[in-house]
Amino acid sequence: MAGAVQETPRVRTLLLDAPGWADHRAGQHLDVRLTAEDGYQAERSYSIASAPGEELAITIERLDDGEVSPYLVDEAADGDQFEVRGPIGGYFVWDASDPRPILLVGGGSGVVPLRSMARHRERVGSGTPMKLLYSSRTWDDVIYRDELETIGIDVVYTLTREQPPGWTGYARRIDRELLEETAWPAEQKPRVFVCGSTRFVDAAADGLLELGYEPGWIRTERFGATG
Amino acid sequence: MPIISRGFHGKRQEGPSDRVPPGQYLTDDFPVLSAGPTPHTALEDWSFSIHGGAEPVSWTWDEFRQLPTETVTVDIHCVTKWSKLDTSWEGVSVDTLLDAVDHDAAYLLAFSDGGYTTNLPVEDVTGGRAWVAFAYGGEPLEPEHGGPARLLVPHLYFWKSAKWVRGLSLRDEDEPGFWESNGYHLYGDPWREQRYWGD
Repeated sequence: MAGAVQETPRVRTLLLDAPGWADHRAGQHLDVRLTAEDGYQAERSYSIASAPGEELAITIERLDDGEVSPYLVDEAADGDQFEVRGPIGGYFVWDASDPRPILLVGGGSGVVPLRSMARHRERVGSGTPMKLLYSSRTWDDVIYRDELETIGIDVVYTLTREQPPGWTGYARRIDRELLEETAWPAEQKPRVFVCGSTRFVDAAADGLLELGYEPGWIRTERFGATG
Repeated sequence: MPIISRGFHGKRQEGPSDRVPPGQYLTDDFPVLSAGPTPHTALEDWSFSIHGGAEPVSWTWDEFRQLPTETVTVDIHCVTKWSKLDTSWEGVSVDTLLDAVDHDAAYLLAFSDGGYTTNLPVEDVTGGRAWVAFAYGGEPLEPEHGGPARLLVPHLYFWKSAKWVRGLSLRDEDEPGFWESNGYHLYGDPWREQRYWGD
């Protein structure tokens, strides 16, 4: 571990110095394996937060009843060591040579692999239209908040639980009407990446299908109980 | 000598170690993993077919549900690291389905609504080791978990238990399916931790 950024009270980005790491594609994940002194081990998968070519980073949300995430968010310090394996996954990935407009739809920490895609677009100087719909509980739960101001893509926020005074953005779960107002029109045949909880992913994907998107345009990544 | 993670103790969930494969943890939830939108196929439009044998065979939903069923309680293991013990399913044994087909295939590709496929050796889905399940925990299988019917092959990682399954394509050669073409192991034995290419 070579550094950390506290993104929100529950979420931290870890920078990793991983000798021998093969470069990843935007959207892939890796496996973390922790080993206790007596040899006990626990493994979990996490999305890669950095863009290809950058110093490797993962962003982790602490799940209070989890086993690995509390250690990575609260305990691990610079110089600590753990094993990583990857990159993993060849489907939920965005290739910058894909000319289609990109719609990113993230719920909570589901924004992590989407951030890798947005950074990748910025780093390679891609002109591909890309837009992020990002659902969080509160403004304080928004991960990468400052970075998203300057990353060069449209970001549409919805805050589902609590909104700051004067909030003029969306304030409800993603639904068909919200998608209709914000998503690329189906005529543009966008490529879509949706990441979040199962309920979030199903709501977003079903809403997009109602707007005329085809199932084959939509790639999903769902997280359940991965503590 | 493994790398020690300073200060890590773990929660050490108590699980019968002979039932939890290496690298897995137990969960009481039922997480969902899928690559795209959840298909919603009406039962009147549903069929299950097997081709690649001497003659193609197909069942409508009503025909399928008239086949003899089995209720099984099994442990399941997802490649994303969770395992769930004592899950209860009702389904039709793949033995029953393949009995209707004259074939000598060694492999098959299961195919699903939404375009998902997964490859399996025939010997792994016969001999009482695999089912086409339509109920979970005594209730009709929810679409997000693969309903109306999914394959159930509990001795392999759970991506092999294809959701929304619509049929089997019998073949002589092993051909990678969807996840197997995207970095995941061709066979997927959780006890040998065959998660990814190269395992």
